[in-house]
Amino acid sequence: MLARRLICLCAGVALLLLAGCETAGGPAKVEATPIAAAKPAKALPPGLDPFANPDPFPSTYRPLPSKPMAIINAHILTAAGPEITDGVVLMANGKITAVGVGLAVPEGAVVIDAKGEWVTPGLIDPHSHLGVYASPEVEAQSDGNEATDPNTAQVWAEHSVWPQDPQFTRALAGGVTTLEILPGSANLFGGRSVVLKNVLATTVQGMKFPGAPYDLKMACGENPKRVYGSRGRSPSTLMGNVAGYRAGWINARDYLRRWDDYHDKIAKGEKAEPPKRDLQLDTLAGVLKGEIRIQNHCYRADEMAQMIDISHEFGFHIAAFHHASESYKIAALLAKEGICSVTWTQWFGFKMESIDGIEENVAMLDHAGACATLSSDDADLIQHLNQEAGLAMAAGNRAGLKVDRPEAIKWITLNPAKALGIDAKTGSLEPGKMADVVVWTRDPFSVYALADKVYIDGALAYDLKDPKLHPKTDFELGLPSQGALQ
Amino acid sequence: MTRALVSLLLATSAALALAQGAIAADGQTKTTAIVNAHVYTMNEAFELPSGDILIQNGKIAAVGPHLAIPKDATVIDAQGAIVTPGLIAANTQLGIVEVEGVENTNDSATASDALSAAFDVQYAVNSDSLVIPIIRRTGVTDAVATPTLLSERRHPRKDMLFAGQSAVFTLAGISPVERAKAAMVLDMGEQGAGAAGGGRGAEFVLLRAMFDDVRHFAKNRAAYERNQTPVYSLSHEDLEALISVVEGREPLMVSVHRAADILQVLKLAKEEHLKIILEGAEEAWRLAPEIAAAGVPVVLDEEADRPSSFETLGASLENAARLNAAGVKIALESPRLFTGGRTPRFAAGRAVAHGLPYGAALVALTISPAEIWGVSDHLGSIAPGKDANLVIWNGDPLETSTAPTLVMIKGKAQSLRSRDLDLRDKYLQAGADPHPAYP
Repeated sequence: MLARRLICLCAGVALLLLAGCETAGGPAKVEATPIAAAKPAKALPPGLDPFANPDPFPSTYRPLPSKPMAIINAHILTAAGPEITDGVVLMANGKITAVGVGLAVPEGAVVIDAKGEWVTPGLIDPHSHLGVYASPEVEAQSDGNEATDPNTAQVWAEHSVWPQDPQFTRALAGGVTTLEILPGSANLFGGRSVVLKNVLATTVQGMKFPGAPYDLKMACGENPKRVYGSRGRSPSTLMGNVAGYRAGWINARDYLRRWDDYHDKIAKGEKAEPPKRDLQLDTLAGVLKGEIRIQNHCYRADEMAQMIDISHEFGFHIAAFHHASESYKIAALLAKEGICSVTWTQWFGFKMESIDGIEENVAMLDHAGACATLSSDDADLIQHLNQEAGLAMAAGNRAGLKVDRPEAIKWITLNPAKALGIDAKTGSLEPGKMADVVVWTRDPFSVYALADKVYIDGALAYDLKDPKLHPKTDFELGLPSQGALQ
Repeated sequence: MTRALVSLLLATSAALALAQGAIAADGQTKTTAIVNAHVYTMNEAFELPSGDILIQNGKIAAVGPHLAIPKDATVIDAQGAIVTPGLIAANTQLGIVEVEGVENTNDSATASDALSAAFDVQYAVNSDSLVIPIIRRTGVTDAVATPTLLSERRHPRKDMLFAGQSAVFTLAGISPVERAKAAMVLDMGEQGAGAAGGGRGAEFVLLRAMFDDVRHFAKNRAAYERNQTPVYSLSHEDLEALISVVEGREPLMVSVHRAADILQVLKLAKEEHLKIILEGAEEAWRLAPEIAAAGVPVVLDEEADRPSSFETLGASLENAARLNAAGVKIALESPRLFTGGRTPRFAAGRAVAHGLPYGAALVALTISPAEIWGVSDHLGSIAPGKDANLVIWNGDPLETSTAPTLVMIKGKAQSLRSRDLDLRDKYLQAGADPHPAYP
């Protein structure tokens, strides 16, 4: 396997379902501003009102069945506090119920003795293309980049995800319980991404993380200008990139204004012609309304600073810069802006904009108080993200930054959950959160560590020692047996 | 797997002496002694829990427990730390590609229609590559630079199956090539079939015809000069380059993946009397006894566990362990470009987690690649007469938390600095704004 995909960078969008926002069936704005004299507004025909149904492809994910469970005698990294030696994790109804030392095991709970083993939250990969660049890597399944226009904000990665991609189960064996699938980075605006629970399902809806916000994937730098410049189109330069972003946001602001005008008039009982719905502008408008988050592929510090200025110009917030090889150069700015960096430890130097990538990036960001996370962007690396964190911790310590395990575990659990806006639901072992848990054979930062048991919403989804719990996608049925090493 | 992890303190004077090649004032080469080391020799002794190593003239002079240390020797007390031979990065593009995405810095392949087998990376190895110091400080002292077959040539011809010839080079000095023409690289399977115009039926037939041509050419050089030979399917340069291959002097490294293709390649090698290396070989574990019986080594990618194509449907993380258990010599492939990983040693650690014995993992990073690429006469183990390419580690060499404290090449301590550390330190020291606008 010589050739790795050099430059598949992602994009994605998740719809933020803000509490109290629209519910399926009616324009919330009208409900929110009742005007006594006005006639009840007639709903637009199905599909024409962008705000009527923000969730047209709803999650059908249901957790696997689970029993109340107690993991005892475990060395625990909660991602929410200090290391616990010889502790207990209690789970029930798919949620963490308690974590601590000497907890009583509830009657009837299944007891897992994790003596000598380590327990962490399930790993979260905030930058993946599993399903959209599936294995086998054949042309028919290369669905990650709608590289037909610099602005394809109208596409949604979930519509490209192949749920039978055998890469999902391999990531599960690496302890990954949640992952964000993004469109590629060929375009300035790549489209929406989708957050998935790493479970087998026949449909992508069956994998969708319930209630996860949508994100919009944007891309800085070399990719868009190369892809379109080589076709004699704009952008062909970095300044062309920036002009393209701003043009997109101008259109989005205008679109939002037209819909607001329409809703105002209808609310006052005036006659009004609705704007024509535009999927591309729906997504951009969702960002401006604060419902959709920005995940921005951007390697260089100077470009990140320009993207931040654009966010100020148009009034939106960037959730995270991805790849972010040079984030360490502007760590204070990123901390001030509350922007996460989604990066790697070891990857660097594969193109000009990545030559300044250093192993200490996440540790230096963390040290500066900025949100730091690792990701894979790769179907092999996703299988050992724990080691990538171990390497980053070691590099940080060599640099004198004194990184300990309770901090380093956040780079692959709680912090990516923050980047994706799902940290209230998962990412750490705290009561009330989803029971997404990994039991490791040993210190998870070791090169020799393997995920022994992986729980998703409290259900055992993978067990190293039980071949029946090595889930297989449809594609893998009937493949040459891998057997067991004797 | 717990190992004694004793930190090593290098005396400054010793480091300086090493950097200067340890030449005494009288011009005599001094001895350097590494004492009190946990030595993995990679030869019969294999592991010396407490051993000493004597180094003279850049070579290993002696290794063993309780050696007599010359009085004027520069002594490095390893304090029980592990010492291994320098790691050999098997099958990389280190030194021949600087920045993959910058075409002008990429010397790993040719799109020319004039050369195939004759393409030779020995001329491209750049000892000033900024990537080399980054990889060297992970404990790599030598690398195998390997050409790649372009899937799209500007003017495709069906005889263009060969990617060209590998070179082994050392990660120090301005003239680093240790062995040129270390292997001829051939892509079979889907990639090779594509190069052959489509179809495995074409690639095997074309290949045999080419080998016939090379043998005919070798016997009829005079006639060739007089234009009295049949028209060959290869250029003059490619014919010349393949003579050592058909004569079994230069190994033919065959990139091949599915089990059926591996069997075909083994058969071809036997019939044509070729010395081969299998590369990739994701399904090799299914043929481990056959490969062992043929005495053919395998260079494999530890991470390859996905059905990433229809010829790797049986890919398994246990490929290394199963081949080793069957007695097949294996080398673990490094990240091709070192851009998605900076060292081969973590692949070895993961292979251990998936069943490869610890010692076998070290072998796969050192003496096996040295043997596979024909440099084991002076590299790959800690034995008298071999180059003093050594690493002292501050822990288990395969662990994520470990780093070398000393990397020695031909007896000289190498700098453990690199450009990425300069960047790190610049921004660490400067704090929030390293460029305060030149007030």
